[in-house]
Parts: sequence; C-alpha cells; structure tokens
Amino acid sequence: LSTPQKHQRGNTMRSVSVDLNHDASLLIDIPDALCERDKVKFTVHTKTTLSSFQKPDFSVPRQHEDFIWLHDTLVETEDYAGLIIPPAPPKPDFESPREKMHKLGEGEATMTKEEYTKMKQELEAEYLAVFKKTVQVHEVFLQRLSSHPNLSKDRNFQIFLEYDQDLTVRRKNAKEMFGGFFKNMVKSADEVLISGIKEVDDFFEQEKTFLLDYYSKIKDSTAKAEKMTRSHKNIADDYIHISATLNSLSADDTTILFVSVQKVEGRVASDQELKLTELLRYYMRDIQAAKDLLYRRARALVDYENSNKALDKARLKSKDIPQAEEHQQQCLQKFDKLSESGKKELTSFKGRRVVAFRKNLIEMAELEIKHAKVSSTIQLTHFYTNEKWTL
Amino acid sequence: QSASEPASLPAEDISTNSNGPKQDSLFDDDPEDLFAEATEEVSLDSPERDVLLSDGPSPAITPITPPTSVLTPRIGLHDDMFTHSSFDEVKIEEEEGGDSFDIHISVSDPEKVGDGMNAYMAYKVTTKTSISLFKSHEFSVKRRFSDFLGLHSKLASKYLHIGYIVPPCAGKKHWMTKVKVGKEDQSSNEFVEKRRSALERYLMRTVKLPVLLKDPDVLQFLESSELPRAVSTQALSSAGLLRMVNKAAEAVNKMTIKMNESDAWFEEKQQHFENLDVQLRKLHASMESLVLHRKELSVNTAQFAKSAAMLGNSEDHTALSRALSQLAEVEEKIDQLHQDQANADFYLFSELLGDYVRLITAVKGVFDHRMKTWQKWQDTQMLLQKKREAEAKLQFNNKPDKLQQAKDEIKELEGKVEQGEREFEQISKTIRKEVSRFEKERVKDFKTIIIKYLESLVQTQQQLIKYWDAFLPEAKAIS
Repeated sequence: LSTPQKHQRGNTMRSVSVDLNHDASLLIDIPDALCERDKVKFTVHTKTTLSSFQKPDFSVPRQHEDFIWLHDTLVETEDYAGLIIPPAPPKPDFESPREKMHKLGEGEATMTKEEYTKMKQELEAEYLAVFKKTVQVHEVFLQRLSSHPNLSKDRNFQIFLEYDQDLTVRRKNAKEMFGGFFKNMVKSADEVLISGIKEVDDFFEQEKTFLLDYYSKIKDSTAKAEKMTRSHKNIADDYIHISATLNSLSADDTTILFVSVQKVEGRVASDQELKLTELLRYYMRDIQAAKDLLYRRARALVDYENSNKALDKARLKSKDIPQAEEHQQQCLQKFDKLSESGKKELTSFKGRRVVAFRKNLIEMAELEIKHAKVSSTIQLTHFYTNEKWTL
Repeated sequence: QSASEPASLPAEDISTNSNGPKQDSLFDDDPEDLFAEATEEVSLDSPERDVLLSDGPSPAITPITPPTSVLTPRIGLHDDMFTHSSFDEVKIEEEEGGDSFDIHISVSDPEKVGDGMNAYMAYKVTTKTSISLFKSHEFSVKRRFSDFLGLHSKLASKYLHIGYIVPPCAGKKHWMTKVKVGKEDQSSNEFVEKRRSALERYLMRTVKLPVLLKDPDVLQFLESSELPRAVSTQALSSAGLLRMVNKAAEAVNKMTIKMNESDAWFEEKQQHFENLDVQLRKLHASMESLVLHRKELSVNTAQFAKSAAMLGNSEDHTALSRALSQLAEVEEKIDQLHQDQANADFYLFSELLGDYVRLITAVKGVFDHRMKTWQKWQDTQMLLQKKREAEAKLQFNNKPDKLQQAKDEIKELEGKVEQGEREFEQISKTIRKEVSRFEKERVKDFKTIIIKYLESLVQTQQQLIKYWDAFLPEAKAIS
C-alpha cells in the first residue's frame, strides 16, 4: 500500500482487554489512523472531565515511537516500580503482506486476471487486518493507562494526550537522560535474580512460580497458534487458485461454492488470529510486565538485604551508623511499598486475565460455529435448489 | 497401404504401458499417437473397416457436407469451455438402437495370484445390464491386469485412427513409477484400492462409447470365462518407442499445405484442448498445494492442542484451566478432521485429474490422426495429378501399351482419392461427435466429483459445529 490509507474505526472490538474505558472522567480512543508507506499516524482522541486538562475534548496525531517513549518513561519512573506497567504496543509490522504482495506481482503473468484480482483482494484484506490490529493494540495500551488509578495521573501521559506539537524533540531528550539503562537491566538476568531469591512471602512465592512457568507455556502456545493461523491462510489462498482454474474449466455454480468455501476459510483464519492468537500474544507480554514487577521487587529486596549487611558492618565498625540506618529504612520502605502495591496489582491482573480469556474463548467458539453453519448452509442450499445437481 | 509408409511394428508388439522418455507419472504411458503406426496395418479395405464405418443404425447426425460447407465457425473460444450445450450443430444420439444406457461394471476382489516373478493381480469384473447385446443381465469374470491392457491395446488399434477417443488405461509403468519414487507402498490398501478404482473407471468410460460397447473384444472381455492371454504387454524398447514418437510428430509437421478455414471448428477445438491440458495440470498443482497445506494445518493444530493442554495445566484458575484443557481436546479432534479432509481433497480430485490428463492426450492423438488422413488424401490427389500429366504425355507420344497401363492406374487412383476424401469426412464427422460426447462426460464427471467433495466439506463443517457447541458451555463456565 503506497498511497495513504485512512482507517475509520466503526464498531470497535476490544478483543484482548476488558473493563477499560468505562470511567467517563477520562475516555481515550483512536478513531482513525493513516497509513503512509509503513508509517502509521494514529489520531489519539481524548474526552475528559478532569480539570488537569486544558480542553474537554481534543485529538492529537501520534506515531508508534511516541507510544514507546511514553512506555519507557513510565517504566523508568521510580514511583511506579510497584506497578505492572502495561506492555508497550509492538511496532506495526506490514512485512508479511508486503512480501506476499511482492511475490504476487512477480507471479502475475502465471495467473488469470480474475485470480490475480482475488489474490490482491485477499492481500489488501490482510493489510487491513494488520492495520486494525495495530490500531487496537495501541488503543488498548492507552486505555490501560487511563483506567489505572495511579498511571492515569502521570504527567507524561498527559503530555502525550494533550501536547499538540510533535513529540520528537521531547523523545530525543528523554533518551539522552535515561539512555534506556533501566530497561536493559530489566531485560537481562531477571529470571536468575527472581528465582534465586529467598522468598519470605507465600503470596509472592506462589506468584513467582506460577508466572515463570506460565510465561514459558503461553509463549509456546502463542507461537503454535500463529502457525495454525498461517496454515489456514495458506489454505484459503489455495482455494482462490482452485476456484479460478475451475472457473475456466466448467464455469457454473461449482465455482461459486468454491469461492464461498474459500471465503469461509479466510474468515476462520482471521477470526482465529484475532481472538486466540492475539489474546495469547497480548497476555504473554502482560505476563512479562508482571515478571518485570517481580524483578523490581526482587531487586528492592536485594537492596534491603544489602543495606542490612551494611548496617551490621557499620555497627561493628561503629562508623556512619545513622546513614546506614537511614539507608536501611529507606530500602525497607521501598520494599514494603513495592510488595503492597505489587500484591494488589498481581491480584487484579489475575482477575483481568481470566475475564479476558473467558470473553475471547466464548467469542471464538461462537464465531467458529457461525462460520461452519454458514458454509454448510450455502452448500446444502445449493444441493437442493439447483436442478443441475440432479444427475 | 501406400508404399511410402515405413515398416511399422506388428500389432501384437504394441502395449499400452510405455517406457517412454522420462515423463511425469501422470501421463507417462500415453503416446497414444504411437498406435497410429500400428494401425497402418489395418488395411483400409478390410472387412473390419467396413464394420466400423457402418456402425449400426444410422444415428441422427446432420449430414456433414464436404469441408467447404456452411458450418459456421464458433463464435468465441469461450463458449466451448463451458457447457456441452454449445455443441448444438451436431445432434448426438448417444443411445443407439433406442436402448437406454443401462450398464454398470464393477471391479472388485483384488487378489494376488501366484508367487514371485510370476505373481499377478487378478480382479473380479461384474457387469449388470439390461442391454440386449449381452447374453445375460448379470455376470462376472476373472481378469488379470494385463487383460485390461490387452483390451485397451486392441481397441486403440481399431478405433483411434478413425477418430474415436479410446479411453486410456494406466499401464504397468504408471503404477511402478509410483512405487519407485517411494510415494506408494505396493501392498498398502490405499494403493490396491487406487488401482482397482482406476480399472473400474477405465471400463465404465470404455463402455460409454457406443461403438466400443458393441465391439466384440469388449463383449468378450466382459463375458468370456476364458480370455486368450494378451501376448505382449511388456514394454517396447525405448529406442523403438522414440522412433515412433518422432515419426508421428514428423508426419504432422509435414503439413505444408494449409488446411482451409472451414476447419475453424477443428482449429478451435485443438486450441481448446491445449488450454484444457494446461488448466488441468495447473489444477492438479493447486490441489497438491492444498493437500500439503492441509497436512501442515493438521500438524500445527496437533501441536497447538498439546501446547494448550500444557497451558491449561499451568493455569491456576480452576475453571479457566479446565476450559483450556477442553480447548486442547477440541483442537485434537479438529486435527483429525483436517487429516480426513486432506484425504478427501486428494483422493477424489487427484485421481480424476490424472484420468483427464491421460484422456486429453488421447483426444490430441485423434486430432493428429485426422491431419494424417487429410494429408494422405492430399498426397493421393497429387499423385493422381502427376499420373494424369504423364498420361497426357503418353497420349501425345502415342504409346498405346503404356497408355492403357496409365489409364488403369489413373482409374485406381481416382478410386483411392474418393476413398481418401470419404475417410477424411468420416473421421471429421466422428471427431465432432466424439468431442461433443467427451465434453459432456467431462462436465458431468467434474460435477460428480465436486459434489462428492463438497459433501465431504459439509460433513466436516457439521462436525466442527458439534465440537465447538460442546466447548462453548465450558468457556461460559469460567467465572
């Protein structure tokens, strides 16, 4: 897609997260987006009754990088160490449909005009699906923030929503300040640290065990679900070729049937993708965010333990005892704060996850049933109403 | 037989299984055109030939006037591709003698007879019919594989060269190739079933041609308890075959004189069959891709099922854990569905496509024969012209003995020219009828297969509904 494409959100289906955007004091959505080459420009629309904002209803254009900047600043904010920071939306990835479009262009000579048109339509639908997905995932990120009691009040969040100039300059400054230091730290060795720690609290012990195991399982399930979805798409494409060839062999209702079969396969693929795969993918990232919280708490515990050791040392040497005491107190406070906040966060996270899974699994089952009914109805109707079938 | 014809192989050596130059297993045994050479043996004046020409009560065919007739060329190539109704200018009466086409042949009970080198597959061939041609209404015989090939060989040698699309029978090479490339296990049920089914389709297609149904060899094949062993179904030497292929192609290439445009119908039909050939191969390729992807889907679904089960085990929320395990079970069942569907995809369609690729080779062969017939007629005409010129010279030079001889030769040649023209007209007429019948059958065949295929798809969909319906309450039970 080389020309800019505007995308209007009609009936917004927030597939992966629930209970968002209900608080009327701050409502955020992404009503439309523009796709230019591979750069996506999102229109972030805010409706608010809060006095902290200058206007009650406004929109700003934002790029993906702006979202990342916001996420990173939140992660690196000390005050939020005890919170699960909503996972950053992944970069819009049009690689797959783009590559397919390229291949299609190369193979144009080998297929009929009709086939080519159909394949192109399929690809355009795929582009659109990727587009919709990326809009959705960026929207959910913002809505997670707006519905969080602490994060919704964040200054940078407000800037993100309100600042009507280009955020690029701010982004650059932020990068210079933090240098992505903390983020890198978190990424490396977190598992070792978390699992190695002596846990005093049963709750956290259980959570740790659960999250580590669950993460690896859900990562695997996500990958397998993606493969399933790809196979469905391949089959749908095969049906396009078969219909086209059948059409030139003995054009009549048989090709209509094949086209309908192909459409159903295609739709099964995209619905499955949306419900199942996206669900798994999202929660995989969310669990990573929860793990990050555990990591930060573990870090704080280590700091506290170190501060205890330092205090003991100071007492032994009878030197700098007040500083050591104060430092130890600070570490303890930090650790306690993280533990308290972390417990709340992890509990509500579990609830959120269960609700989201329920919703998506139900919707997926219902869609599968719908598709199967539709496609078998088409086929059966054809059998019985068409005299040509009576051989 | 004209003197210019090269020596051809005696009929007995011809077999239907070719070891031809390396070709795809789908159509490796079909240089049906090769039999053109063998059929030269059948003298044009032989009694068999007359029988062939006057096959039963004259069908209601609009008489076709000589090539310069008013038969309008087809309006567009497009029409031909679609339904049989476009072949209206030649009315066909499929059922000759007023008999309704009521015959059903089944090939069953494959069994291995003998051991080692001499072992062979034998089949029971059962015919059920109300056609009066046969001695009874239901009867069975035992036939071995080479008997089928022998039958085909005889029919090809009798009817191909006069324009009948004699259905091919996949030969030994076809089946052996499949085994060689490791695609098939020779003793597997699937392989045996494929072969049995192919032979059954072969016989049914054969008897659908009225001219073949009446053929004594066919009747003997179906009815006689004892059948003389087909002498040579061994492969021709590659060299011999290659020679034949080249000769046939050469003959066609020698057409220096352009045929006039009343042949538009034939030109278009030939083009049509060329296109059909391409389309069928393309379709076959797409089907193979579909089967591959469906098999992949099956593997991926099974893997996902396992993964979902593990995820369910890891999940600490009880109801969600149960739902995830259920999801895993559903996906496992769906995997089985995918596998069954893959088999349906392949088996039904692929076999049919293979048949048609072979059939089209036979169709092309028949068109080539027509060209050769025409060429022969033209050659005879040119020879006559030369003789007439020679006669005129003799008359001028006043040589009475030689003159008489020349006059005799001319008379003979005139007869031959007339005959050549008749043969050309006859083969053209036959081909028109045959092509029409063939297209009708093809459309019908494809429709039948597609219906079966779609029925299997419907079944799959209905199973899917059952599985997901059972899963839904589990998902709803998550609290």
